[in-house]
Amino acid sequence: MNASRNPVAALWWVPRGLVFGLMAFFIFGPLFNLLLWTVAEKWYFPHSLPLEYGFSSWAKVFAPRGGAVESLTNSIVVALLTVVVSLLLAIPAGYALARLKLPLRGLILLAFLIPQAFPNLTVYVNVARIFYEIGLNGTIPGVVLVHVSHGLVYAVWIATAAFSAIDVELEQAARNIGAGAMRTFLDITLPLAAPGLMASAIFVFLESLDEFTGSYFVGAPDVNMLPLLLYTAGAGGNYQIASITALLLLVPSLVFMLIVERFLKADVLSRVGH
Amino acid sequence: MSRRLLGLTLVFPALAVIAFLFILPLIMSAVGAFQVDGAFGWGNFQKMFDLYTKDIVFTVVIISISTVLIGIASIAIGGYLTLGEHPVAVAILRWLYRWPMFIPFIVVGQILRTFLSKNGMMNNVAINLGLLTPIDAVSFLDWRGIVIAFVWKQTPFVALLVAGAMASINRETIDAARNLGASRLRVLIEIVVPQVGTTLTVGLILSFVTMMSVLSVPLMINAQTPTMLTADIAFRVNSYGDYGVANALGLISLLLASSVAWIYLRASLKERS
Repeated sequence: MNASRNPVAALWWVPRGLVFGLMAFFIFGPLFNLLLWTVAEKWYFPHSLPLEYGFSSWAKVFAPRGGAVESLTNSIVVALLTVVVSLLLAIPAGYALARLKLPLRGLILLAFLIPQAFPNLTVYVNVARIFYEIGLNGTIPGVVLVHVSHGLVYAVWIATAAFSAIDVELEQAARNIGAGAMRTFLDITLPLAAPGLMASAIFVFLESLDEFTGSYFVGAPDVNMLPLLLYTAGAGGNYQIASITALLLLVPSLVFMLIVERFLKADVLSRVGH
Repeated sequence: MSRRLLGLTLVFPALAVIAFLFILPLIMSAVGAFQVDGAFGWGNFQKMFDLYTKDIVFTVVIISISTVLIGIASIAIGGYLTLGEHPVAVAILRWLYRWPMFIPFIVVGQILRTFLSKNGMMNNVAINLGLLTPIDAVSFLDWRGIVIAFVWKQTPFVALLVAGAMASINRETIDAARNLGASRLRVLIEIVVPQVGTTLTVGLILSFVTMMSVLSVPLMINAQTPTMLTADIAFRVNSYGDYGVANALGLISLLLASSVAWIYLRASLKERS
């Protein structure tokens, strides 16, 4: 029995290997291509690989007038501030949506989806006009506010899921032995929801880092961000500079990808959007 | 303070941000769509349908194809992670599928632009393997490139949500069906997928609206006509300063996206009643 099953089981690795191999090619091929571009000194048709390798583009990007250092700093500062503001707004909102009886709860949840549901280009044009009137255009706080409105759907939806995944009885037990509502929230609910909130913070951080349209209309040309640097370099046909900037945007994304499952457990995931 | 009032107080600041930073400018742009030279009228829409009817259809078709492909791929990935019987194969897939998830759209545009072009890496590998002759190599930087970019970037996100929901399904029904001789495909379609329907819908809707809003991918992969509505809006604003037609195009995208959101709302209301 075993002797006849093992070759068959081994044969299964042929289709598996084919499917996984194709997946790996389509996932890592473009990424490998990007890495090649970052160190390509000379690369033109019809050569499959660069003709010369080197780091001269890196020197150009990080030169004082290359703009990468300023863009990188701006992008990170904006992303961190966006996370802080989003969580300050999302924690109370998520708790209320998960625990308290709210009228029109479904509509409120849906309201946070609105910024994702509208091609934000025309909206950001009008935001820029409003911000120009009140002096927020071309400032870091202005860009942060735009990113917050965009990232709130992740923050609120995941925070809501994280809070509703917590066993109510744990909170009731704390209340029964005399803890106040605030104390219960800070000592019991918040620590239990922390992994979920961490996951929502990660989503908001990456959403902010990725954001292009809003930064372009509200930030540029005073606040330079990495995606803008990437776009202008790519549009100008300078694939080396564009690829190096892309790599700078990629690294945090991949690091977060590797750790997000530690924070986003199945019990929270299955409640997202409910 | 009543619980209901407390709840509304806690939700209010977050809602206020959405109201002032999104809904107000949204209304401004919706009003702007009907404004022609300071007076109200349908002029912008006439101009829009004259110039961009093809692009509206193109956008709907591209995003629908992408959404369907993302749905199929994420069910396949989630299903294999849940029902796969070889632990090593499951581990490989779990490790493999998530890589593109957090890669920013603008980076996706850049790397696929170099990967899918006529003399890009995909064609080069196919030529070197003897699967393709150099004369037959074509650029994928058209509607196919946009679909590939969307599926490439969005599938891991939906698959993560779907796989999470599948993992929390009661295993007993699955095992019972398997013991009765149901194939894994049948278990997936008849038992697993119906139970993760809501999560799958939420994931696909989030993907749909994300794809409706992405500017960088169409600009970088396919900026010639026909193209996506987002690229048209940017073009109207940047090249002509024509906010009227841009706002009209924006309103069309809103109608498309909200019709999808409406489906979700109806489904979730039905579930609660």
